[in-house]
Amino acid sequence: MLELKNITYAAQDEKGKNDILNGINLTLERGRFYVITGPNGGGKSTLAKIIMGILQPTSGEIWLEGKNITDASITERAKMGIGYSFQQAPRFKGIKVGELLNLAADKDRKKRAYCETALRQVGLCTQDYINRDVDASLSGGELKRIEIATLLNRKLKLAVFDEPEAGIDLWSFAKLTETFSALHKDSDGTIVIISHQERILELADEIIMIREGVVAAQDAKEKILPGLLCSPEGCELGKGEKKYACIR
Amino acid sequence: MLALDKELLAAVADLHEIPQGAMNIRKNGQLLTRNTTANIDIVTKKDKPGIDIIIKEGTKNESVHIPVLLTETGMQDMVYNDFFIGDNAEVLIVAGCGIHNGGDGESRHDGIHTFHIGKNAKVRYVEKHYGQGDGKGQRIFNPETIIEMADGSYAEMEMVQIKGINSTLRTTKGTVGAGARLILEERLLTHGEQYAETRMDVEVVGEDGSVQVISRTVAKDRSKQVFYPRVIGKNKCRAHLQCDSIIMDNAQVRSIPEIDAQHPDAQLIHEAAIGKIAGEQIIKLMTLGLTEEEAEATILQGFLK
Repeated sequence: MLELKNITYAAQDEKGKNDILNGINLTLERGRFYVITGPNGGGKSTLAKIIMGILQPTSGEIWLEGKNITDASITERAKMGIGYSFQQAPRFKGIKVGELLNLAADKDRKKRAYCETALRQVGLCTQDYINRDVDASLSGGELKRIEIATLLNRKLKLAVFDEPEAGIDLWSFAKLTETFSALHKDSDGTIVIISHQERILELADEIIMIREGVVAAQDAKEKILPGLLCSPEGCELGKGEKKYACIR
Repeated sequence: MLALDKELLAAVADLHEIPQGAMNIRKNGQLLTRNTTANIDIVTKKDKPGIDIIIKEGTKNESVHIPVLLTETGMQDMVYNDFFIGDNAEVLIVAGCGIHNGGDGESRHDGIHTFHIGKNAKVRYVEKHYGQGDGKGQRIFNPETIIEMADGSYAEMEMVQIKGINSTLRTTKGTVGAGARLILEERLLTHGEQYAETRMDVEVVGEDGSVQVISRTVAKDRSKQVFYPRVIGKNKCRAHLQCDSIIMDNAQVRSIPEIDAQHPDAQLIHEAAIGKIAGEQIIKLMTLGLTEEEAEATILQGFLK
């Protein structure tokens, strides 16, 4: 469904060139649930932004359903059915939660009922939120849940969620895992979640470990998860490095 | 009524038909149509151009529409409108001026609106300014608003200038009595070579009076804006000035809020921010399938709503 061929990405900063991705090769199949994990700074979010078209790879190609989309814009990719939920969502002065969800929604879903469903799926009450501005009056956790809801109102071929658990309280998090699980069951779209959370890793069909800009491992959850949940010293994938935080 | 008149009326007063209730429509300096009600009287001034709008004490759930249309190029209109709002009245007032200048002469509308708001009365005032036309003629507005608020009264003044005005100097002066609350909302969009200047001078004289100023503006192209709100606290009172501007292209925005406390229990706050549209806001909307232009328009529309 989605193929990443030898993707590299180098960022330019004051200190010079900084290689973030060093040749990512990845194939994502239709209808599968992937969780991408790995140490901070390993390139996970960069990879997600490259899939959405927010960042252009330095080299390599991206193919969606047999079509080379490397040069496609963000808008074109959105229209092809790729969605991305930001790790840190922007705020909008004067745009209401309901309006943002409506902008996000597919044509046949621009109705209050769909809006309500999407908000309920992230544990927010429609009455309380639909007419609120997506501005600084929302807490970080509320904003994050609304950000996630902007993907739930669409029928996507590929939905990428960047650390959906960040900033979300325990109770809402439980609801969120149910939502991701239901999303996987009810749609034939591909789901990719970047996460460090054991409960999200457990939802995956496959786990992809990204470390130092390459795919360090990719396999069925059953094969990879036990290795991830060991102590840091004995962690095969973390190679005992202190910088790699094991899940437990 | 001509199609052009209807278009201007829709833009400045959200009027798609002749409104119910009290109204006075002025076109090219002449009275076009007027309607009064049992509680709201409209009287033409004898000493100068303009009208007195007299709202009886205790009037509830009524509205007054007083739009002005200028469609002749070179038309220079100056009006003095006085609103006498009786004690305990509750009323919606919709004003506004639409200019269509298809020629090369300067069209100009200067108005002085004075509000005498009675004790415990509640007023919501909406004023929209809008200009159009293909001619080279300048479209100029210099509105002045004077607000005198008696004890316990409430006024929400929404002043909007969205398009097509070459030059504007907007002056607002207010006096706020005990326990009265004044909300001034301004929304402004300038483009091309336009120039807009806003001056607000509000004095809170009564105990527990309060003022809130909310200004949202967008400056595009090479337009220039100057925003100069000032609140003076002369008693135990509260005031909050909030000025937010989006700057684009080669525009210039100057924001100079001033708070002046002349009483030890005056609590006055001002916030002012100028910045461009955050890149991540545009990117977020593009990930929802909007083009860059659509994303920008959506952000501006929300900001100025």
